[in-house]
Amino acid sequence: MGGWAIAVHGGAGVDPDLPLHRQDDAKKFLTRCLDLGIHALRSNHSAIDVVELVVRELENDPLFNSGRGSALTEDGTVEMEASIMDGPKRRCGAVSGLVTVKNPISLARLVMDKSPHSYLAFSGAEKFARQQLDRRVPIETCCASVETPPLQMNGVPISVYTPETVGCVVVDSEGRCAAATSTGGLINKKVGRIGDSPLIGLGTYACDVCGVSCTGEGEAIIRGTLAREVAAVMEYKGLGLQEAVNYVIEERLDEGQAGLIAVSSKGEVACGFNTTGMFRGFATEDGFMEVGIW
Amino acid sequence: MGWAIALHGGAGDIPLSLPSDRRQPREETLRRCLQIGVQALKSQKPPLDVVELVVRELENCPHFNAGRGSVLTTKATVEMEASIMDSTKRCGAVSGLTTVVNPISLARLVMEKTPHIYLAFDGAEAFAREQGVETIDSSYFITPQNIERLQQAKEANRVQIDYTQPLPQATEQETENPSGDSQIGTVGCVAVDNHGNLASATSTGGLVNKMVGRIGDTPLIGAGTYANHLCAISATGKGESIIRSTVARDVAALMEFKGLSLEEAAASVVESVPKGNVGLIAVSASGEVAMPLTTTGMFRACATEDGYSEISIWSSKHD
Repeated sequence: MGGWAIAVHGGAGVDPDLPLHRQDDAKKFLTRCLDLGIHALRSNHSAIDVVELVVRELENDPLFNSGRGSALTEDGTVEMEASIMDGPKRRCGAVSGLVTVKNPISLARLVMDKSPHSYLAFSGAEKFARQQLDRRVPIETCCASVETPPLQMNGVPISVYTPETVGCVVVDSEGRCAAATSTGGLINKKVGRIGDSPLIGLGTYACDVCGVSCTGEGEAIIRGTLAREVAAVMEYKGLGLQEAVNYVIEERLDEGQAGLIAVSSKGEVACGFNTTGMFRGFATEDGFMEVGIW
Repeated sequence: MGWAIALHGGAGDIPLSLPSDRRQPREETLRRCLQIGVQALKSQKPPLDVVELVVRELENCPHFNAGRGSVLTTKATVEMEASIMDSTKRCGAVSGLTTVVNPISLARLVMEKTPHIYLAFDGAEAFAREQGVETIDSSYFITPQNIERLQQAKEANRVQIDYTQPLPQATEQETENPSGDSQIGTVGCVAVDNHGNLASATSTGGLVNKMVGRIGDTPLIGAGTYANHLCAISATGKGESIIRSTVARDVAALMEFKGLSLEEAAASVVESVPKGNVGLIAVSASGEVAMPLTTTGMFRACATEDGYSEISIWSSKHD
């Protein structure tokens, strides 16, 4: 066993002209999220608890496009989605079409733990949330931007802003992997559009071998069954983690633009992207830590 | 090389004692749909058109859990879902449809007419109206048999009694054996033409007594439906198991990354999922067919260019 490892991302495809102070903000925030995860791992929290905890933190900050920072649909509404997967038994939960739930990732976890299903969406998911969650916040609070349709999104003009998603993958010191991904989806997406983030095997995947969270062009990620693909080439071709990630980014995306983070049960971390930058951070038990954008 | 086609009407714990009045109409539909598919392949129709055509027929049949025969949610509503994919890896999917007569055709329109792959619930219904596809009042889908099934499921406090057996004794059997509760009717079709072009399509009403908003494996690319240059797969069974095992993509992945044959890959994937949970149909680019299952039965049919044809329900050890 190689000890614990964690990776986080705040989306792939970064505006090349992103002002320096915003880059700094993003890096500081990613560092804070990593620290939170590291602390939880040192306190022996399980991988599945850590990915949920870290993604909640990512969702709570409007910096990235999920939870509070979610992009708007063509009708100016917000439709958030998320999924979570636990490697050991490949249990999983997913949600789509949420409008009032503050932390979609926790609702995905509840679908996994408390419902007979794996995936709930739209009004049914909201209803399940009302049954399960007491942390629900009114729509005014979680989506202030709905009242005044923004010309800017997260401080960047919409025309140049690229969609972001957040995710976290963790292997704990017992070698258990988990993955979680959450997003508000594409700006100006059609109402009802589901992307890769809530889809098991596409945006999120974890098994005995690795945990993977993807971000980028949802449609390319879906076609490439990207997250499962990393695990599949490790299992079926015997590739190492970084090799598997490189293979998937180079061979499975066709012309699509995307990135992903991954951990292996051996305690390795890896990332790959073919976009201009990806907000990301990594840390491992042996003291390695890195936060990067480009 | 040669064309091949396979179709299914759902896998599950189909009792060997299935009365002939429940068996015959389903076998007839399988035979008729197979014939339609074979005819279309012989007339050089692209596999994408063939799988859509066949699944539309299956959706129109009230005996299977898709389209017209869709089972009901816990609120006695229908929420249909479907997906379609071809060997160029183009794909489309829909969930949460309540009025669209042929969900599979809307999935194809999502693939061809939107920048997205997957539309759901109100947004998908609005898209259906935009595209002018045939819609109908929801009551069309709510058949007396399905109202009865929902009542039985509610009485048994169970989510997953689904496809065919309104007989009280069957419900009792299943209550005694909660792990064998995996009948999830779905319909699907996979096809390959003489040029090795492939396509797959899957459509369902989901689970009886499912929670409103529940999405299963059927609309999920890589889980219920997958196609690439090597093969096309449509899976059926316990949705949650199929999702976590990414069943459809894994058949293709084993062929691609481990060099297994279609039959080996399909058998291996079905065996890797807990017994009684899944069945699938698959065709390869070279015209092979596989239809493995670990459930008691799967309504299924296939035909190949060299004249082979089969219509069956139970696994071979029972037939």
